[in-house]
Amino acid sequence: MDPGDIERALTRMAHEILERNRGAAGVLLVGIHTRGVPLAERLAKAIERIEGTWIPWGSLDIGLYRDDLDTRPKTELGKTEVPEPLDGATVVLVDDVLYTGRTIRAALDALADLGRPERVQLAVLIDRGHRELPIRPDYIGKNLPTAHDERVTVHVAEIDDADGVEIEPGGNP
Amino acid sequence: MNHFLSTEDTTRQELTELLDDADSFVEVLARPMPKVPALRGKTVATMFFEPSTRTKLSFEKAAKALSADTMSFSPSTSSLSKGESLKDTVLTVQAMGTDAMVVRHKATGAPWRVAEWVDQPVLNAGDGAHQHPTQALLDALTIRQRFGTLDGLRIGIVGDIRHSRVARSDVFAFNTLGAEVTMVAPKTLLPTQIDGWPATASEDLDEVLTELDVVYLLRVQSERGGASVFPSLAEYTTRYGMTMQRFSQLKPDTVVLHPGPMNRGVEIAAEVADDDRSLILEQVANGVAVRMAVLFRLLGGEHDE
Repeated sequence: MDPGDIERALTRMAHEILERNRGAAGVLLVGIHTRGVPLAERLAKAIERIEGTWIPWGSLDIGLYRDDLDTRPKTELGKTEVPEPLDGATVVLVDDVLYTGRTIRAALDALADLGRPERVQLAVLIDRGHRELPIRPDYIGKNLPTAHDERVTVHVAEIDDADGVEIEPGGNP
Repeated sequence: MNHFLSTEDTTRQELTELLDDADSFVEVLARPMPKVPALRGKTVATMFFEPSTRTKLSFEKAAKALSADTMSFSPSTSSLSKGESLKDTVLTVQAMGTDAMVVRHKATGAPWRVAEWVDQPVLNAGDGAHQHPTQALLDALTIRQRFGTLDGLRIGIVGDIRHSRVARSDVFAFNTLGAEVTMVAPKTLLPTQIDGWPATASEDLDEVLTELDVVYLLRVQSERGGASVFPSLAEYTTRYGMTMQRFSQLKPDTVVLHPGPMNRGVEIAAEVADDDRSLILEQVANGVAVRMAVLFRLLGGEHDE
């Protein structure tokens, strides 16, 4: 995907979010650290352009909720700033890549500790398959079938200088 | 980082990462549900061979807020009174299935010995007059919250520096984080050899008072011989106490810290302790967050062994 593809996908997803929820009322966007956060901001801006209403967005760090803390290298914790109140809202979780589903599982636990949204939906820029949990996205930028050992990296201009999606071949034969 | 024993060998990057994580834990502790599952299934033993209220409670609260279980140990009711050695005690506790040990001991270096004996992370919660590294972290966090950074700040540590593990830990941590530290005390309460300390020394508080951004007041420690090296508490207050008169001479944004427990009217006037520019309760609250950061750093995540 080139920067134009990404922008068009986000615009379409913004339309889908509005269509599914019949407008922006009660909808909050929550980006998952790290690259879900700028994507949530962009979706919020796209929704504002389309609907003319500002919609709250925030960030969620799920580092403390992972089920694989014992086996993955320690990473820095990010900021959690979720718009208030979550109770009764429709929360759209936003992430760059959906893979095993474990990040989303952790994000659902983290959200539950912060409040009780009426419903939670999931928006991802890339769905690369290989789910290990019964989790499915509501809004997808692009389906990208991959091999298990390939790496999919999303670059966003806010963090990585330029937008782009990269697939690296797996190291394992 | 496999243990957390001292601020003398921690790098600026390590300290900064711990403070950054602590910022996240401050946010966690402010939630309606101030608990995260990060250390579920882990057990943290608090082994306090010397009395403590706030540090022990703070570590226990930190472990519980990370969903770890805690086991605690107090020497008066334990087999120590039956003559069991320190080594046998910690090995016994480890054999019950702990994942980390928080150790306070009156003997300098005790946590290092424990770290040699056990095969799990050891956190120093105070050894003799030597180190109390999580106190330095919470002090640094409190200062950083107020000023944004420690870089370039002038910090005066006032009082019984010679007998204070807090002072020693703070001097090294503050210096590593870029602050300029001055130790202020009568000669009898300054370290015997100032050479190894990354700080300057002064015997006159009034001389440096107006230059300081942070005034860190230490407790007069009668239990470590602090009172006996000084003629009287009244004289201490006259020369080194943070009286209202001295407080009024500070720069308008200068803050006052104290590790507690305070001797009101001795090293700090009651009105100063209750002023908005005294960050003593912030320090206590931050204690839980920095201890969560250290526990999470040592127990949450793959270990580089």
